[in-house]
Amino acid sequence: MATVTFDKATRIYPGTERPAVDALDLHIEDGEFLVLVGPSGCGKSTSLRMLAGLEDVNGGAILIGDRDVTDVQPKDRDIAMVFQNYALYPHMSVADNMGFALKIAGTPKAEIRQRVEEAAKILDLTEYLDRKPKALSGGQRQRVAMGRAIVRQPQVFLMDEPLSNLDAKLRVQTRTQIASLQRRLGVTTVYVTHDQTEALTMGDRIAVLSGGILQQVGTPREMYDKPANVFVAGFIGSPAMNIGHFDVKDGRAQVGGASIVLERAVADGITAADGGKVTLGFRPEALDVVSSGSEGAFDVDVTLVEELGSDAFVYGSLKNGGDLHAGDTNQVIVRIDPKAVPDKGDTISVTIKPESTHAFSASTGERLG
Amino acid sequence: MNQNLQITAARPDPALLDLPWHLPLTNWPDDVLAALPRGISRHVVRFVRLSGRVLAVKEIGETVAYREYELLRRLNRLDVPSVVPVGVITGRRDANGERLEAVLVTEHLQFSLPYRALFSQSLRPDTATRLIDALAVLLVRLHLVGFYWGDVSLSNTLFRRDAETFSAYLVDAETGDLHRELTPGQRNYDIDLARTNIIGELFDLAAGEMLDHEVDEIGIGDALVARYNELWGALTGAESFSANDRWRVDARIGALNRLGFDVGELEITTDIDGTTVRIQPKVVDAGHHSNRLFRLTGLDVQENQARRLLNDLDAYAAATGRQNDGEQLVAHDWLRKVFEPTIAAVPRELRRKLEPAQLFHEVLDHRWFASEKAERDIPMTEAVTSYVEDVLRHRPDEKALLGLKPGETPPEDDPESDYFHLGT
Repeated sequence: MATVTFDKATRIYPGTERPAVDALDLHIEDGEFLVLVGPSGCGKSTSLRMLAGLEDVNGGAILIGDRDVTDVQPKDRDIAMVFQNYALYPHMSVADNMGFALKIAGTPKAEIRQRVEEAAKILDLTEYLDRKPKALSGGQRQRVAMGRAIVRQPQVFLMDEPLSNLDAKLRVQTRTQIASLQRRLGVTTVYVTHDQTEALTMGDRIAVLSGGILQQVGTPREMYDKPANVFVAGFIGSPAMNIGHFDVKDGRAQVGGASIVLERAVADGITAADGGKVTLGFRPEALDVVSSGSEGAFDVDVTLVEELGSDAFVYGSLKNGGDLHAGDTNQVIVRIDPKAVPDKGDTISVTIKPESTHAFSASTGERLG
Repeated sequence: MNQNLQITAARPDPALLDLPWHLPLTNWPDDVLAALPRGISRHVVRFVRLSGRVLAVKEIGETVAYREYELLRRLNRLDVPSVVPVGVITGRRDANGERLEAVLVTEHLQFSLPYRALFSQSLRPDTATRLIDALAVLLVRLHLVGFYWGDVSLSNTLFRRDAETFSAYLVDAETGDLHRELTPGQRNYDIDLARTNIIGELFDLAAGEMLDHEVDEIGIGDALVARYNELWGALTGAESFSANDRWRVDARIGALNRLGFDVGELEITTDIDGTTVRIQPKVVDAGHHSNRLFRLTGLDVQENQARRLLNDLDAYAAATGRQNDGEQLVAHDWLRKVFEPTIAAVPRELRRKLEPAQLFHEVLDHRWFASEKAERDIPMTEAVTSYVEDVLRHRPDEKALLGLKPGETPPEDDPESDYFHLGT
């Protein structure tokens, strides 16, 4: 087992000017489950493939443990791409399906059997070892595929969107299985996904990338509670955070009809480049519905109510103008009490819960305060 | 049923709408299915007959389906041997309104043979070697255009007879990626994975007692790596020689032609005093012989078939004393007087057993053996008749393999045992 270090690792595709991955600095601890997440084209898969040896590194270095693997061939890196190949062979026993790569490598028979048995124990497949894949359920077959990687005892597991071709139900099940299995095995794992929910539920830590640049790395809680910039704020969380640009007057931001006092540190962080504006964000659950005219309240015109049983969300627009919206919607989202749901066309008044406002520089997008 | 189907296709065939999209593929009735041997797949795949074609239908996630469709289209435009994508269908729902997986539809390659079918027929013992050679050529061709496959295997490949050899076609591009140029890491990973997968597939055939005991599975896997490296080196390697040995430039081009490749661009550099010349092919295109045959005759056939046909064309020119006539004219006469009459002499109902060019190749082989046996030169007309009666009539029908009736399953297995997919 080993740590993984990206040391200012850079990948520039021939014929392009902007690096696909730009001076990535990231240290992954031994046994850690790190998720690389970001929108399409952000550089997450390229980063993983650089670690796998499938992309050239044009600057910086990549280390597995203390070993610089920047110029080492993929098969000599002691890594396993999990789920790369998970078609099972129908005529071979489950044990042979798991151990055939060791057989190719010339590993002695007794050792193959021992490693396969160990893996089977962890995967709850012991009783199926001598049966054919036909006898297994879908979930068990996936575990056999996982077993193929485990028996090779690699230093690092790499997974590139392994759930992307599963249907929604199996995706949720498999997500949990992979995460718990990784914890039992304790093998350093780098996992790539575009799905922030997957990232939040699986990773010990998450690294968010955008435009080839690492935006922030931290635990799911840190990413959620203290996003380092507007991009991370908007990307992490579902439904997405409401974010808008507002005029600042005398240390107060003008949100709809409300005048919201900015924390001292935030107000002090605003520079001339910001042009008298600040970017504020608050999550749908950080809003309380209050009676009209309350202190610090602003109004939202309800365009849609989404009832999910335990939860309900209002989608609407900020009254009296303003560009406040959540994620890539053009709506404000408010979580409300499912027992007191307004009608479409109503106007509700909301206030922001104390200490739930995220403030960012209007010019740089960096977190203030 | 309340479906809102969306069909994305370059040339949509309205008959597609008649297929039972409201049923999961596993439940499709036998009367719409074409019986074809299936490879090992992680998804549910079914073959259907539609408007005179056979289509492969694969259930797969929506984004992956669109991605693979687009990738196959690009590979087709790059003229890489791969299956032709027909379209993506989304918005499927069953009778209860439950969502069903999207499907990717591809055209089944006529006269193609999956490796399992080739092994279950009693073919010559060197079949494995010839399949590996074909796969090595395919992998080199894919790598030359910048395609990283990510899951090279015999199951993801289809084979067509190509004179005495095979040509390989890419079937599954799900894990692939097109790059401007591949890094050595990408190429090596693809080759390494190919080796592992091929050996695994051969182990599986051995476990199912479909492989001769003599076959060395690991040796065959290693042979792929060796063949690939040999071919890659020949096609892309640089060589240096003394400026006096300039004939080596032509020799290199000739060697590449014999391997079936045209040189599109050759980089030639000399050192400062001009005593050493270094050459390196920069652009090589496959299909040297098939391109030439196509230009001369309009016949669109595979590389080794073309080689064979061109040899016969040369023999025809020599036999008729027309080596100095315009090549195009001679080719036209050969087509009219030799090739077409030979194919026409094969009864129509037997022609679907093999492609025309393959038929012609086999008739040529047959004539050679028959002439040797009879110790005289057997004319083509006589050779065709005896080939049809003694050989072709006893061959399986390979246009849409393998003579199984719709609904009939291969004897060795029940239909489900051949593929394991997630989501069952």
